[in-house]
Formats: sequence, C-alpha cells, structure tokens
Amino acid sequence: MTEASPTLAGRIMPVLTVLLAIVVIWYLAAVWMNAPWVRDQAARADAVLTTDDLVRQTLTLERPVLPAPHQVAAGLWDGITGQAITSKRSLVWHGWITLSATLAGFAIGTAAGILLAVGIVHNRAMDQSVMPWAVASQTVPILAIAPMVIVVMASAGVTGLLPKAIIAAWLSFFPVLVGMVKGLRTPDAMQLDLMHSWNASGSQRFWHLRLPNSLPYLFASLKVAIAAALVGTIVGELPAGATAGLGARLLSGSYYGQTVQIWAALFAAAILAAALVMLIGWIESLTLRRMGLAR
Amino acid sequence: MTVIEACDVSLTFQTADGPVHALKDVSLTIAPGDFVSFIGPSGCGKTTFLRTIAALETPTGGTLAVNGMTPEAARKARAYGYVFQAPGLYPWRTIAGNISLPLEIMGFSRSDRAQRIARVLDLVDLTGFGSKYPWQLSGGMQQRASIARALAFDADILLMDEPFGALDEIVRDRLNEALLDLWKKTGKTIGFVTHSIPEAVYLSTRIVVMSPRPGRITRVIDSPLPRDRPLEIRDTPEFIALAQQVREGLREGHSYD
Repeated sequence: MTEASPTLAGRIMPVLTVLLAIVVIWYLAAVWMNAPWVRDQAARADAVLTTDDLVRQTLTLERPVLPAPHQVAAGLWDGITGQAITSKRSLVWHGWITLSATLAGFAIGTAAGILLAVGIVHNRAMDQSVMPWAVASQTVPILAIAPMVIVVMASAGVTGLLPKAIIAAWLSFFPVLVGMVKGLRTPDAMQLDLMHSWNASGSQRFWHLRLPNSLPYLFASLKVAIAAALVGTIVGELPAGATAGLGARLLSGSYYGQTVQIWAALFAAAILAAALVMLIGWIESLTLRRMGLAR
Repeated sequence: MTVIEACDVSLTFQTADGPVHALKDVSLTIAPGDFVSFIGPSGCGKTTFLRTIAALETPTGGTLAVNGMTPEAARKARAYGYVFQAPGLYPWRTIAGNISLPLEIMGFSRSDRAQRIARVLDLVDLTGFGSKYPWQLSGGMQQRASIARALAFDADILLMDEPFGALDEIVRDRLNEALLDLWKKTGKTIGFVTHSIPEAVYLSTRIVVMSPRPGRITRVIDSPLPRDRPLEIRDTPEFIALAQQVREGLREGHSYD
C-alpha cells in the first residue's frame, strides 16, 4: 500500500535545486532591472562603469527596483531579530498584529462556515437559499469590500483587530462551508439506514455519524481557509490609516520606496502562512490517524 | 402467533423510466424462532422485502405487520437488528465502542452497556477483541462484530441482508456454522437474504424463492432438516434434494423472460 518513501536527501534535493534556480534567476533579474539606474548615475557623474562595478552597485542599492536576495534576507533578519519586539520596526511585532487578527478571523470564519453547512444539510430552505449568496459573497473583490468594512466599523467606533478579523472571516468561511457541506453528506446510505434502524434522532445522527465523517473534508478546507484568512487580514491592513501589521508594513514600504522593506514583509507573510498551513496539517494527520480515517 | 405477517404487500418505485414493481402481492407469515432465507436473482425484491419489514421502505400496497404492529412502530420499539453486507463499523471506535453505539443511542446505562457488550462479544466468539479497532480485524471478524452490534439491544428479530456475501467460501462456512449456533442459543427469528443455494438450504427452516419483474414469491419450501445441523449435513441426500428443489424454484421464476 505504501510506496517506498524516498530518503530525506532524495526529498530535499529537488526542493533545493528549484530554490537554487530561483535565487540565480533572481540575482540576474536584480542586476538587469537595477542596471538602468546605476548607468544613469554613472553617466551623470561622468564615471566609467566596468561590468564588475555595475554588478556590485546593482546589488547594493539603497532603494533598488528589485532588491537582491541577500538584501531581502538581511532586511528580514534585521526585522525579526535586530529590533526589540515591541518596536514598530520589528517584523515580529507587525507579524503578531497580523497573526492575532488572522486567527480571530479564521475562528469566526470557521465557526460561520460550519454553522452554515449544518444548516444547509439539515434545512431544506437553507439548502436552496444560502449557497448562491455564499458564492456571490466571494465574487465581490475583497479589495472593494475591505475599505468599506474598515470605514463603516470605524465610524461605529470599532477599530483595531475586529474589522480586520471580519474581512479575514469573509474570505475564510467559504472553503469551510463548501468542504463541510460535502463532508456532512458523505455518510453512505447504509450508515444512515443503520442509524434509522436504531431510531436515532437527528442530533444523534449528526454527532455520531455526520460530524466525525466530515473531519477529513474539514481539515482540507481549514488549510485553504487559514491562508485565505491571512490574505484577508493583510488586505484589511492596507486601507489608509493602518499603522500596524504586515499589510501596513507593505504599504509604508511602498510609500517611501523602501523596496527591501516591502519584500521583507512579503516574505514574513509567506513564512507565516506556510507555518499556519503546516500547523493545521500536523493537527490533521494527528487527528485522522487517531480516528482511523487517515488516507 | 406470528412475528411477521405480510398480506399482498406491493411496492412500486416511480422512476423516470416508468413504475418499477419491486414487490407484487407478496404474502408470507413467519413464526417465532423461524430461520427464513430469501433467495432469488438480483432484482427479485428480496432485499426490498427485508427493508419493508425493517421500515426502511414503505409498501405502496397490502398490509404488513411486525410483532403485531406496523413496521414503523416495530422499528421504534427496537423489534429488530439489521446486518448489512458490509460491516459498517466506525473506524474511530473500537469494536466494543461500535457495539456500544446503538446502546448509547437507545439510552442504556454505562454498566448495562458494558454487560451487554461482553455478552454479545462472547456470542459471536470475539471475547478479548473489544478494545481492538476494526482495521485490526479480518473481514469475517468485522462482520461478526456487526452481528454482535445488531444483537446487543435484544431485538427478537435479526434481519440479515447478504451478510456473508463479500467473504470467501471458507470464512463463510465457519460463519454459517457460528450463525446457526447463535440462533440456537438465542432463539431469534431470522430473516436472511442470500444468493447462495447451499447457504440458504444449510441455514433455513424455510426457504422463500423469489423472482423478478415483478418481484414476487414463487415458492416457499419448508425444510425437513433437523435444527441441529453439522456442516456434514450438506452431503446427505435430504440436503441435496432440498437444494434441487430450490434450484427448480429459481428456474421456474426465470421461465418468464
């Protein structure tokens, strides 16, 4: 049943190869994209530019068009370890702001998705009415919704974490809803017949059969949902006025042409997303293995 | 005294291709302690008839009484345990946990549950396997666990829909023997759907031969075999003659098409 799993080296080598290729392409692109500025500066100063100088200067600019990988890495390292974590220049501080809103939004979205799915599976009227609205909610660009949520809630005196969490929930409830509707409907006819033969009530059917059966679908959805929640939170941090969070860091970076800062924040967000998805994957494999549902 | 009394039971499914007569004028009475097998080709309504007894389907005509009640009332009174072709055990529950499930749903107390689980595990010869998970057991053992689950709440009637159909011949023989043993110990009334002539003849006190389009009973054969049946009884002339009778009954049903 299980295929021979490749050795650790066998699994890591392809990843490293791709990574190396990306880094090489990135360096080439950095030189190429930053070269016009460097040439321009040299022309103004009437300096003669050797290829060696060109390459060195394109990779060490203060505000490059495309920062080189080592510049981003340095920026990321400085943002994470180089600052007190209470500092507004610390990526840990901004990351925590974003993470807390992401988790809050993820929790709200997951709860909403599960509740709506339960309603859809158990109530005919909801079955026919909720889904089109849920789909419609996802076709509206989140970039259009987010500022409105922020502004409307701010005018009601609600600022900070909650408005961002609402936007994160807006994006994350949908995959949970779709996955859970499918999951709650997976029990086959025989299982439902057995429940019927025992004269089980609707809630007994739900707790003993439908809910445990839906967990593999739920976990698959949660992985999508948490990544979506992070995107939602960052989008919620972009509208004017936001001063905290990775989104705000991205925005202020672009205001002041701090491309290294933008890229560092971008990578911080990506690392955060990967960690969150991996965390859910870990809980998933632990739970499903314990339940005998691992596939 | 009858356990199941069917009088002109009909069941017609309305499909896109027109009505399908799954059952037509099926009349049958089953006495307490009977072991009744339903045999016939696919589409003859044997499973459907078992399901109407279990109130999993509702007849569109005729009358059907289970323990003197409507099937629906009998279901609510936990008159029967149902065993399907697949064990249908929950992978996240142990064997004991699976047997406990209907008991939990029916509201038995914790101590009562433990006692019943131990008793039915012993009945199906799975003592000591209660704490194992389904995947740790063979297919035959899983099916025995599902029979234990159907027995746990003391229904008088055991309805079995091709319970051994997915198992190999050797395991099937052993389970047939075990089922007869269990039937003798508990005195349940058993309704048993099967494709296999030897299985039907070996197990039953009565064999109901059915045929399709429309699903109906073509023959009811009372078995002259004694209730005590070692496996070797299958080599006796009586057994072979009975099997012959069933085969003829099946052929009769087919002469229509």
